[in-house]
Amino acid sequence: MFDRRLLTHFDWALLLVVLVIAALGVLNLVGVTASWSSSALPYYLKQIAWLGVGLIIVLIICSVDYRRLEHMAFPLYGITLLLLVLVLAVGHTSMGATRWLNLGFIKLQPSELAKVVIIITMACYFTRHDQPLPFSLRELAIPALLLALPTALIMKQPDLGTAMIVLAIGGTMALFAGIGTRTLLFLAATGLAGAGGGWFLLHDYQKQRILTFLNPEGDPLGAGYHIIQSKIAVGSGGFFGKGFMKGSQSQLSFLPERHTDFAFSVFAEEWGFWGCLVLLALFLLIVLWGLRSGRHAADRFGTFLAVGVTAMLFWHIVINLGMVIGLLPVVGVPLPLFSYGGTSMITTMIGVGMLLNVSMRRFKF
Amino acid sequence: MSLNSGWTGNPLLKKRFVVLALCATGFFLLLVLRLWYLQIIRADHYRNLAERNRTRYIPIVAPRGGIYDRNGQLLADNRPAFDISVLRQEVDDPEALLNRLSVLLELDVEVLKERWQAGLRGPRFRPVPLARDVERPVLERVMENTVDLPGVLAEVRPVRSFPLGPLAPHLIGYLGEVTEEELRSQSFAHYQPGDFIGKSGLERGLESWLAGQDGERRVEVDVLGKTLRILRTQEPVSGHRVYLTLRADVQEAAQQAFGDRAGAAVVMDVRTGEILAMVSKPDFDPAQFARGLTSKEWQALQNDSRHPLQNKSLRGQYPPGSVFKIVTALAALKAGVATAHTRVYCTGASKLGNHTFRCWKWEGHGVTDLKKALKESCDVWFYEVAQQLGIERLAATAREFGLGEELGFLLGGERKGLIPDRQWKRARFNAPWYHGETVIAAIGQGYVLTTPLQLASMMAAVANGGTVYRPQIVRRIENVEGRVVRSFQPQILQRHPVAPAHLKAVHEALWAVVNEPGGTAWQQRLPDLPYAGKTGTAQVARMGAVRRRESEIPYHLRDHALFTAFAPVGNPEIAVAVVVEHGSHGSSAAAPIARAIIARYFKLEQDRMPTPRTALPAPATAAGPPDGTDEVPGAEPPAAAEAAAPFTSTSE
Repeated sequence: MFDRRLLTHFDWALLLVVLVIAALGVLNLVGVTASWSSSALPYYLKQIAWLGVGLIIVLIICSVDYRRLEHMAFPLYGITLLLLVLVLAVGHTSMGATRWLNLGFIKLQPSELAKVVIIITMACYFTRHDQPLPFSLRELAIPALLLALPTALIMKQPDLGTAMIVLAIGGTMALFAGIGTRTLLFLAATGLAGAGGGWFLLHDYQKQRILTFLNPEGDPLGAGYHIIQSKIAVGSGGFFGKGFMKGSQSQLSFLPERHTDFAFSVFAEEWGFWGCLVLLALFLLIVLWGLRSGRHAADRFGTFLAVGVTAMLFWHIVINLGMVIGLLPVVGVPLPLFSYGGTSMITTMIGVGMLLNVSMRRFKF
Repeated sequence: MSLNSGWTGNPLLKKRFVVLALCATGFFLLLVLRLWYLQIIRADHYRNLAERNRTRYIPIVAPRGGIYDRNGQLLADNRPAFDISVLRQEVDDPEALLNRLSVLLELDVEVLKERWQAGLRGPRFRPVPLARDVERPVLERVMENTVDLPGVLAEVRPVRSFPLGPLAPHLIGYLGEVTEEELRSQSFAHYQPGDFIGKSGLERGLESWLAGQDGERRVEVDVLGKTLRILRTQEPVSGHRVYLTLRADVQEAAQQAFGDRAGAAVVMDVRTGEILAMVSKPDFDPAQFARGLTSKEWQALQNDSRHPLQNKSLRGQYPPGSVFKIVTALAALKAGVATAHTRVYCTGASKLGNHTFRCWKWEGHGVTDLKKALKESCDVWFYEVAQQLGIERLAATAREFGLGEELGFLLGGERKGLIPDRQWKRARFNAPWYHGETVIAAIGQGYVLTTPLQLASMMAAVANGGTVYRPQIVRRIENVEGRVVRSFQPQILQRHPVAPAHLKAVHEALWAVVNEPGGTAWQQRLPDLPYAGKTGTAQVARMGAVRRRESEIPYHLRDHALFTAFAPVGNPEIAVAVVVEHGSHGSSAAAPIARAIIARYFKLEQDRMPTPRTALPAPATAAGPPDGTDEVPGAEPPAAAEAAAPFTSTSE
């Protein structure tokens, strides 16, 4: 039952780029955490372990035809919504946010699951509603609702970063499905109005982050601290960088969360502009490669799946980097494959697995 | 194997993929542009910021220069003081931290809150001092708990210590935090808020010599402000050593002799104008200032009616009383209106017009010459002489002896005192001068005012024959290596030589005051050392005709007691002036202090101890109780104020 052709069509290039980025991430982590005294397992070893887990997940996902997902889409969607509600009801609270379900042996973060499930659900919906003309406002009502439910639940946790990612994924997929110009303009207008109204729904800390983003120097030791320190780290790297483990900002712990969300500023400080170019090129390569998988997918569901996964990776990358270099407000979005963290690694690898799955079955009915 | 060309061949789909790819690439280009801006265009700016981020400058306070007496005894030294401070940026919950520290430091939490609030107004990265100069056990207790006390640190700072105790606190002065006002002035341009500077005395006057140069340590720190590595240390240069003209032992003797009485004393070398001791009482403990005064303690010092913070040697203006008779005598001799043999018959009062001026001795001194007039402090002799002398010649001589003017003391803060004359009275009261006022001035009452420093300087000039020196307090200033960078030489302010015969007559009379029975200070003679002196009593309030016992007069209305002296008689070395506020009698209150000073001065220099020029008269056996000293029980008049009498029947 295992088709040999699957192996010959396996997208080794994509996996290679993924592994190179992950390797750079581990290297970066070694540098960041070298001076941290801890009796526990070093962070980079944990990250390697998570990468291993991720690869196993990739293997599992690739062994199952992605087309089966189409039939599982709505049950999965239902379960996810249930879990999100459950999180709000009995979730584990940490640092002012309720994001985790404690399952005893593992802490599950349903909002991460939501990212993947929304891709599958939207892909399923747009596969079944194939039409030559762009979607009208009325026709978008159902996918909009599908998107709005989990987004709202995630917002409630509150987790602005993930909610934005989920929204961005769904939006990108809808755009790809085709939306008329007038509809798009209308959506953009209501979106802006909604953002204005939404301001009042935001939590104080979220408002603070946006205000701080607009004027970080206003509170250099408080909310603006992250952005200012990160910009100093990146900027002081210059063209050639300060050299591996020689970044004063990161080594002297002026940078907060430098092993997770702000890992890139460490990299930028130590490797400079040219290092950033290389890393960005690798990320762009993944994005374009993902689009290429969609372009060559065997069916409409595969295409949407690939576009969704690519959108997920893309928005993570753009939002994280935008935040680190002071183009976007600080939202807790990790850099895929690069930031330390098991949750991010597993979500990313699930996406990578789906891409590879679509890619390796591009010739198969 | 293009089996699925039907799906992927869709041109619309192809177009959308192209748009997506272009969009994605566009976003990435935006990121690259931003990186270009940060890392290439603004690189220097951020490199600069990063550099400052990790280096912190920690000032190292330079130890102040030591202050020594003339023999190299250390009067003001430095000791390390430990301050408990808090780095503001590391405190999340000040309330909780202050509560914890309140327990550890054993200080009231409200006090800590007050200091914390005060610190918040200071520079952002300057640690807020919460407890200055804490005791060792407290320091250890805090340091043991430092793990749970984020941002709390101990800073070491040199503070003043006084190895010999509180010697000459007014002269040495104290330190205090530089004020905002001072920071704005040019002379404190290189000071930082929180720096300590001299606020009074030598500490203030010699601030630029004593302060030294603060060093600094450039350290690499992490975000917690924890020092990871010292990058560069610029050692502080400690301040210059200042050697005073003071003699610690004489100063100590003078202070001890005062006890808890109020007043001032100055001891001066008659050959140089060097000050050997300068006392002002009550005083304060400079160590208390070094520890840091509470506002309550400060208030108490400031509001004390006996003015412990004021240097009365310079700033206290007292009528010289009978001490001034020395000047009157010399003026009369110089003017030729009297000789050593001029005799006046004292009946206990003198008439001028329809005013009667009384001698302090009701029954009178009988036949009195110059020697007896000074020795027994006869007022009548001086009333008679003064009428012929006139105020102008009296005032001129007084000025020749340095009275009525500032003497140019290094630290400033001197009062001028007052030598009245016609011109002054015209300018001041727009009134003519009366004869009666000359008479009163002749015995150092009325308008005449002098400072203890002026009296010492006057007595020095009397001793050395008419040379007024600038009072000198600093001998030399050395740098840390011991090289003399500045030395001070005696400086003559004015010289009006006294005719040797006049000098001899006055010296003999002043010798008699102490060394002959009947002299007003005979009780205070030193058997081994003949010294010369003059008692004085300065009226504070008019008592009226009724004489009262001293104990019945309220403290603040009692007369001031004065005594000036020089020693030894034949070859004078030192002059002493003592004022005891409300001490009542120069002979009993002020003279013993002068005697103690003289005794201590010569005890230390036994080898140079001069042999008495004149054989001492036999002790008290021959003579009756000396008048004017209340040391002899039952002596009449009891508790008489030497100078209180002249006014008793004066109608002005």
